[in-house]
Amino acid sequence: MTKSRTLLRIDPIGCRAHGLCAEGLPELIHLDEWGYPVLRGDEVPPSLVAEARRAAAACPTLAMRLRRDPAGQ
Amino acid sequence: MTTFTPMARALPARRLGLAGHEQAHGVLPLAAFDGREGRRRLIAEVTAAGLRGRGGGGFPTARKLAAVRGRRPIVVANGCEGDPLSSKDRTLLGLAPHLVLDGIQLAAHAVAATEAVLCLHEGSRARASVEGALAERRADPVPVRIVDVPPRYVASEESALVHYLTTGDARPTGKEPRPAERGVDRRPTLVDNVDTLAQLALIARQGAGTYRRTRMDLVTINGAVRQAGVLEVPPETTAAELIGYAGGPARPVQAVLMGGYGGTWLPWTAATAAGPAVGAAPGIASMHVLPASACGLAFTAKVLTHLADESARQCGPCMFGLPAIAADLTGLVAGDRHTLGRLERRLPLVTGRGACAHPDGAVRLAASALRVFGQDVTAHLRERRCTAHYGGSR
Ligand code: SF4
Ligand code: SF4
Repeated sequence: MTKSRTLLRIDPIGCRAHGLCAEGLPELIHLDEWGYPVLRGDEVPPSLVAEARRAAAACPTLAMRLRRDPAGQ
Repeated sequence: MTTFTPMARALPARRLGLAGHEQAHGVLPLAAFDGREGRRRLIAEVTAAGLRGRGGGGFPTARKLAAVRGRRPIVVANGCEGDPLSSKDRTLLGLAPHLVLDGIQLAAHAVAATEAVLCLHEGSRARASVEGALAERRADPVPVRIVDVPPRYVASEESALVHYLTTGDARPTGKEPRPAERGVDRRPTLVDNVDTLAQLALIARQGAGTYRRTRMDLVTINGAVRQAGVLEVPPETTAAELIGYAGGPARPVQAVLMGGYGGTWLPWTAATAAGPAVGAAPGIASMHVLPASACGLAFTAKVLTHLADESARQCGPCMFGLPAIAADLTGLVAGDRHTLGRLERRLPLVTGRGACAHPDGAVRLAASALRVFGQDVTAHLRERRCTAHYGGSR
């Protein structure tokens, strides 16, 4: 049985250290000393997908991206 | 028909013009791989030969060839060689330009490209050799153009080259889209290192079986050896054997740096034992030999400062992380006790967070320096002195 996963990625060139992603999704993202996001793994658990979507939409440069990975399990 | 020259090596003792090249290797074996069927056989041959990218990435070349699909593909030969500890590509282009140009023609045929670009760093010493070789070649189906690339380290990264050729901006663009799908001018693009292409030219002539049995790798060796330079050695050659081929150590050796500026330090004791094969180390095929009289930490701090300066300054963790790590290492060398904790916290935080592998290599080097020169770290911090300057016996 395969379920689709939701993967989280930061585009390092697009990211301008606004930090909104970590505010919106502190469970998965914290900021390094320079204000850039550090991910706790790249997979978003189903319970956090809605929050992750909101955080991605809040990123001013759209550097935070979610992708569905249908092949995952 | 192709000439079968099983033991032909890539590097001749003196530069070979077209006549000498064809005498040593036979003519460009395009006829043997004619048509779509031949194209498939050529890629199959590269697969069977097990060829991997010789520019540092180590990606299987046949997979890259097979991935190029679509309208009007283009081949980009990377002869930039940005790492200061590597000169094998320049040497190859200087001595055997026709082997590289053969490789470009064969690769172009394999991916059905109509055009090829050979990238050199501005002011490259190999330019005259390549220009001379191009002028000699009349029968090449695919035109090859030389392009000068700004002499920065990351400018020779794959996506940076594609970006430069498309827009004139030589900064990397990240992992997506892949050049094979959308590269130079949005065309399917094959980017291969010039050494890789020379190997491809050997495989096409020798066949995968002979190539696998007799394969040699180009390696740059420098530092405390009697004869620094570029050598062609079997892939299973160990660090100690390589030093032997380079005339032996010029002074007592402390450690070796495998893989160039983004590489890994290896203590001399580990290198002299069975030791990992030079061809198995990550990064570019380069070995720098550090004498016992030098400080590995100070050397590493200088390299990190250089790498920080070379950052394309578009990704935060690279733009801020590398200068911070370079400053920490410099501070450590000066005996600043706060630096070690910061390094231990900062080093694991940078890897994988840039758009290209530039920061990953820098961090790998710094981390291996802390491991291999652990005693020096203690000496610098506790006693504020460098063991190297006090005749450290290692
Ligand atoms: S919100 Fe966007 S720009 Fe800001 S730190 Fe997060 S990813 Fe980077
Ligand atoms: S990781 Fe560094 S060198 Fe690579 S693209 Fe980003 S800023 Fe440039």
